[in-house]
Amino acid sequence: MAEYAVELRDISKRFPGPSGELVTAVRNVTMQIRDGEFFSMLGPSGCGKTTSLRMIAGFELPTEGEVYIHGKPMGKTPPFQRPVNTVFQNYALFPHMTIGENVAFGLQMDGVPKSEIMARVKQALEMVRLPGYEKRRARQLSGGQQQRVALARSLVKRPEVLLLDEPLGALDLKLRKDMQLELKKLQREVGITFIYVTHDQEEALTMSDRIAVMSGGVTLQVGNANEIYERPNCKFVADFIGETNFLQGKVTEQNGKAVTLALAGGLTVHAEAEQSLANGTEASVAVRPEKVNLTGHAGAANQFTGRIVSVVYIGTDTYYGVRLPGDQLLRAREQNDRPDSRPMAAEGDEVTISFSTQAARVLTE
Amino acid sequence: MIQTLRENKKLQGLLLILPTLLWMFGLLIIPLILTFVTSFGGRSADGNVIYRFSLNNYLRLIGLTPEGGFDPLYLQIIWRSLTLAFQTTILVILMAYPLAYFIARAPAKRRNTLLFLVLVPLWTNFVIRIYAWIMILRTQGVLNSVIGWLVGLAGGHFQPFELYPSQSAVLIGMVYEFLPFMILPIYTSLEKIDNSLFEAAADLGANALRTFWRVTLPLSMPGVVAGTILVFVPVIGTFIVSDILGGRQVILVGNLIQRQFLDARDPAFGSAASIFLMLMTLIVTLYYTRRFGFGEEIAAA
Repeated sequence: MAEYAVELRDISKRFPGPSGELVTAVRNVTMQIRDGEFFSMLGPSGCGKTTSLRMIAGFELPTEGEVYIHGKPMGKTPPFQRPVNTVFQNYALFPHMTIGENVAFGLQMDGVPKSEIMARVKQALEMVRLPGYEKRRARQLSGGQQQRVALARSLVKRPEVLLLDEPLGALDLKLRKDMQLELKKLQREVGITFIYVTHDQEEALTMSDRIAVMSGGVTLQVGNANEIYERPNCKFVADFIGETNFLQGKVTEQNGKAVTLALAGGLTVHAEAEQSLANGTEASVAVRPEKVNLTGHAGAANQFTGRIVSVVYIGTDTYYGVRLPGDQLLRAREQNDRPDSRPMAAEGDEVTISFSTQAARVLTE
Repeated sequence: MIQTLRENKKLQGLLLILPTLLWMFGLLIIPLILTFVTSFGGRSADGNVIYRFSLNNYLRLIGLTPEGGFDPLYLQIIWRSLTLAFQTTILVILMAYPLAYFIARAPAKRRNTLLFLVLVPLWTNFVIRIYAWIMILRTQGVLNSVIGWLVGLAGGHFQPFELYPSQSAVLIGMVYEFLPFMILPIYTSLEKIDNSLFEAAADLGANALRTFWRVTLPLSMPGVVAGTILVFVPVIGTFIVSDILGGRQVILVGNLIQRQFLDARDPAFGSAASIFLMLMTLIVTLYYTRRFGFGEEIAAA
């Protein structure tokens, strides 16, 4: 058994655009997806995630590079000969067949004996919690149920890798959250490698073992949820995953990971960087709103005085917009965790905010 | 008045269908009743209709003579019409399906051009186009000349086909005439199939051929059914193609009816044949749509 379930080696895909010129959808992407892992490709629309998935499935062939499935180069292997199955965004259930026939289709194509098909279809429908639905038609089912049928139709073939193209995109929020947990549970049970495409960062964080953040056809960062959120390697990742404050400044001093920057308005900020930076380098300091304290901490590495310009109450938390000297704006998020939570400050109040060195990351790209 | 109309949905509906209703009543319902009544009548010596009730016309159609004998002439004509209509429909399906498939799979921009080309022949009058087939099919016609020339090039001797006038010529003319009416509905139903269904089939292990049999064909059946009705029904009643390309030798039900009214001056018998043809068409169509469905199920999905 090869080390990786799926490996993309330096693949690029170019399509002819509307006026004949070539448009690059995927640019030199390399990814290794481990066996049995829940791997997500996350990015805004047009970032190349769906094209990458379609190249694994075989619906598109890479212009350059090679897709390996369990170590075997796929070359021009057509979709019906690849050991992967896809769950489509719009479910793509066959409208002229019953649910049972839909689920049985893939097994019939593989020449599985009839008696075994019956049993496996039944088992697959039970697995997605739709027992006894064999005789129904797709249009009699709700969106969530149709999605589960699509899942059963793919899983019944026991593929080595399951590809999911924004499978929850058409469902409403509540159902989507339920299905996220269900999918994750299912993946653990069947132990199949899932490659999941989504533009929803929360969805990716909730389910994935590892996430590849993509933008403009390239992979920006690959890591688990914690790494991606806590240690983004570029401004795009920091901004796309969760919320981030960016403070603009210039490097004045670096001592190992510890970096000191001068911000506009005469402020000095102490932050951390993975890379070595020359003095005078223009850089952004990324600080998550929830890591900013609205009440000054004696001894905090970074402590600034500013004025509250906005207070937004969102139930569990309240956002405070703070204007710092030099006109930089910083958002602080405070949890409303006390029995009778009232806003900690009002618009126009002067406050002292603070955050630690570890909470501030220096990003240059 | 206007106020009443604005509030009364039923009245609005009635007003909207009124023109068609009047038209249909005057030009379909009344003639149909007249035909039905006439079909039980008889023929006077000078070719007028005698209104009385008798089943003689219908008995004559199924071959029973008033003297108690059996004459299969009219049954043969009916049988010929049915076979020809079936043959035409099947040939038209076989020719139209691949073309419709090709158009549906063509790039979106080119589809309209191709559909336009399918319709171009309809710009020329139907009768003129059928006459043109005489030029092609007759013994000294285009077809025989071209084949003769090709065979001659190869050094062979060619005995020209005697296609015109014949039943084969009628069949060719019918297929030619009704092809567009099959292409369009099949194209429409093929074009409606979501591309992701083909991808899903491939993903689940179906090659191109099995995808076609299990997904494409069943999902395009509504188009085939609609096209069949658009072709079969007119073909079984037509008399112009058989008149022109059959050289008055190939007599179909349509020709029979036409001749009863114009040549034989027996409108009563012609009416009976008309009613008989209508019932036959109705039965075949009903059976066919029951058997294969009109595809409401698929359309609703």
